Amino acid sequence: MNQSELMIALSELAVATEHEIQMEESPYGIDKKKLGMWIFIVSDACTFGAFLFAYGYMRIGAPVWGTPFGFSSIMNGMVMTAVLLSSSLTMLAAVRAAQSGTKALAEKWLAVTMILGAVFAALHLREWFKLFGEGWRLFYNPTGGAQQFGATFFSVTGLHLTHVVSGIIALAFITRGYNQGHYDESHVETAGLYWHFVDLVWMFVFPLMYLMNAR
Amino acid sequence: MAQTSVRAVAHHAPPQGFVRKYIFSVDHKVIGIQYLTLSLVAAFVGMALSWAMRVHLAWPDVRIPLLGWLSPAGAPGGVMTPEYYLSLMTMHGTIMAFFVLTAAPFAGFGNFMLPIHVGAADMAFPRLNMSSFWVTFVGFLLACATFFIPDGPPLSGWTAYAPLSAVGPVAGPGQGWGQNLWGLSIAMFCIASLLGALNFIVTTLDLRTKGLKLSRLPLATWGWFIDAWVSLLAFAVLLPTCLLLVLDRLGGTSFFIPGGLVFNDQLQPHSGGSPLLFQHLFWFFGHPEVYIIILPAFGIVSHIMPTFIRKPLVGGWKVITFSEIAVGTLSFVVWGHHMFVSGMSPYMAMVFSVPTLFITIPSIIAVLVWVFSLYGANIRFATPLLYSLGFISLFISGGIGGFFLAQPSTDSYLHATSFVVGHFHFTMGLSAIFATFAGFYYWFPKMFGRMMNEKLGKLHFWITFVGVYCIFMTMQLTGFAGAVRRYSALVDDFMIPLIPANRFMTVAALLTGAAQFIFLYNAIWSRFKGRKAPDNPWGATTLEWDTTSPPPFDNFGGRQLTVYHGPMEYDGEASVMQTSPEASVAGT
Repeated sequence: MNQSELMIALSELAVATEHEIQMEESPYGIDKKKLGMWIFIVSDACTFGAFLFAYGYMRIGAPVWGTPFGFSSIMNGMVMTAVLLSSSLTMLAAVRAAQSGTKALAEKWLAVTMILGAVFAALHLREWFKLFGEGWRLFYNPTGGAQQFGATFFSVTGLHLTHVVSGIIALAFITRGYNQGHYDESHVETAGLYWHFVDLVWMFVFPLMYLMNAR
Repeated sequence: MAQTSVRAVAHHAPPQGFVRKYIFSVDHKVIGIQYLTLSLVAAFVGMALSWAMRVHLAWPDVRIPLLGWLSPAGAPGGVMTPEYYLSLMTMHGTIMAFFVLTAAPFAGFGNFMLPIHVGAADMAFPRLNMSSFWVTFVGFLLACATFFIPDGPPLSGWTAYAPLSAVGPVAGPGQGWGQNLWGLSIAMFCIASLLGALNFIVTTLDLRTKGLKLSRLPLATWGWFIDAWVSLLAFAVLLPTCLLLVLDRLGGTSFFIPGGLVFNDQLQPHSGGSPLLFQHLFWFFGHPEVYIIILPAFGIVSHIMPTFIRKPLVGGWKVITFSEIAVGTLSFVVWGHHMFVSGMSPYMAMVFSVPTLFITIPSIIAVLVWVFSLYGANIRFATPLLYSLGFISLFISGGIGGFFLAQPSTDSYLHATSFVVGHFHFTMGLSAIFATFAGFYYWFPKMFGRMMNEKLGKLHFWITFVGVYCIFMTMQLTGFAGAVRRYSALVDDFMIPLIPANRFMTVAALLTGAAQFIFLYNAIWSRFKGRKAPDNPWGATTLEWDTTSPPPFDNFGGRQLTVYHGPMEYDGEASVMQTSPEASVAGT
C-alpha cells in the first residue's frame, strides 16, 4: 500500500459512520451497500460465466465454427473497448472527486461516464444492425458455419449490453440523487464498482467473441 | 455509543395500516412468516399431487373426480393419462424442491431468525427482502397457473431435460405454454433467491451486534450463511440456463437441440445443439441445490440439539461448521454424478465419482458429531428434538444409498430406478422437511407467542417417522428390483410382481399425508388457543430467546445487546445466555 492509498484509507476511517465504530470487533464492518455490491458482482460473474461456458461448449462441439469478423468489425470493437475503458477512468475520477467533496466536478465526471457508456452502446448497436443487414440472426448463419454463432454472439453481447444500459440508467439515477443531496459519495462509489465490473466483463467478452472470431 | 438496533430501525419506522403491516411489509419477521405460509400451502399442493400419483400407480383404474374436473384432457373421467401423470410428477418436483424445500428452511426461518440471531433490527436491505418474497410469490402463482391452461403443466420433470423441454408444443401436452410458464416461474425464483442470498450474507457479516464474532454465531445462522453463499453461486447459473432454454423455445436458437431430431414424425428445424450442455448447466446448479436444501437443515438441527441434550455439540462450533463449509464447497464439483449414463465420457464419470465419495466425509463427520453428542447427555425428549433425531435417522438412511449412486458401476444399474427416488426423498426431501418441522415446533413459541401442543406434536412425529420409512424404504427396494421411475403404470413382466409393494407404499403415503393434518390442526389451534409462551420456554441461550415472544417490531425494544459467549453454553440444568456476562459453564 503506497502512501496516497494509506491516506485515503485513513480518511475513510475518519468519516466512518457510527455503525462502523460500533462494529469495531467485526473485521467486516464496511458499508453494507458496498458489501452488497461486491456480493452481487460475485453472483453476476457466475451468470456471465455460464453464458461463456455455453459459448465455449458450442464452439468446441461445432465441426465448422467459422470466423466471420473482418477488419471493420474488429476496429469497431477496438474503439468500443477504448471507449469503455476510458469510461472506467472517468468513473474513477468521479469517485475521487466525490470523496474529496468537490460535488460539481464529480457530477461532471459522472456525466462524461454516462456519455461514454452511451457511445459504447451506440457503436454496439451499429455493429448489431450491420450484422442483421448481412442476414445474421439468433438462429441463422449466412456464411454457412455453425448456426450457434449468432445465438452465442447475440446472447453474450446482449447480456453485456443490457448491463451497460442498466448501468447508464443507474448512474443517471445516482447522479440526480447526488445532485439533490439524497445520495452521498458512498453511493457514487458503489455505482462505480458496478461500472468497473461491467467494464471488466467486456475484457473477457471482447477477446472471446471478437478477436477469436477474426478472419 | 451507537446501537445497531437503533440504527437499523432508522431504515423504516413501524408500519401503519394493515397492508404495510401484514402484506407489503418490510419487517423480516412478517416476511419470514409469509415465506413459511407460502411453503405450507405449496407443501399441501405438492402432497396432493403425490397422493394422486400414488393412487394411480397402485390402482390404475380408480377415478379421481377432482382431476377429471381440473383437466378433462389430461384425466378423462378422472383416470389420468400417462402424460398427465408426468405433468403431476413435474409439478410435484418443482413445487416441492423450490417452493417448499428451498423456501421454508432457508428463506422462512432464516428471514425470521437470522437478524435476531445477530442482534440486528432487520435485514440489511429490508425493501429488497420484501421484493424477494413477492417475486417468489408470483413465481409460485405462475407455477400453479400451469394447471389451469388448456395444455396443462409441462411433463419434462423438475429437471426440465432438453431437448424434451426445448423443442416446444410438438414434444407433448404441456410443452407449449406450460413449459414457458415453468421457465418463467423458475427464473423468477432464481432472482428472488439471489436477492435473498445477498441479503443474508450482508446481514450476517455487517449487522452483527457488539461481541458477536463469527466464532460466536449461532449454528443455525452458520447454516443459513453458508447456504446463502451456495445459493448465490448456484442460482446465478440456473438463471442463464432458464434464459437459454427460453431462447431455444421462443428465439429459435439451438443451444440444447441437436440436428436431425424427430418429434412426433416432425423433423425439428435445429442443428448443432447439445442436450449434454443443458445437463451440465442444470446440474451445476442442481447438485448444489440439494445442499442448498440440506445445509439450513444441518444448521437448524445443530442449533436445536444442544438445547435439549443440555451440552455443547462434540467438537464445538468448529467441527460442525467446517463440515458444512466443506460440504458447500465440494457441492460445486460433483454435478457430473447425475450424468453417468447421459453419454458423457466414462473418464469424466470417474472424475466426478471421486469428489462425490469425498463429499460423504464431511457429511459423515456432521452425522458423527450429532450422534456422539447424545452420549452421556441428559436428554429432554421434546418434539423439536424428536424431529432433529428423525432428521439424523433419515439423513443416514438416505445417505447410505448415496454410496451406491456415487459409483458409475452401480449407478448404471440403479440410474432412473425408484431407488434414486427413494434415496433423494430420504436424504434431501424428508431430511429437510423433518428439520423444518423441528424448527417449526422449536420456534413457534417465539414466532407466535404460544406453545404448540406436545402430545399432538409427538403423535404427528411418530406417524410421520414410521410412515416415511414404510414409503421410501420400500421404494428403494423396488428400485433394486428394477422398478423404473416415472412410469405411470406397472405393466412390464418384471414390474407386475411389484404391484403389492406399490399398494403398500400408497396406503402408507395416504396415512402419512393424513397425519400432516394433525400438524396443521395443532399449528392453527395453538396459534389462537395454545398456552402463552414465556420468553425462553426451552431454556436456550441464543439471542432470539432474550426478547419477548413474539419479538417487538425492532426485535429488542431498542436495547443494545453485547454478546459474551458462543451459542452452546449448556451444562446440564445450567445454561448461560449469549448476552449474559456471567462466567462460561461449558467452556466454549
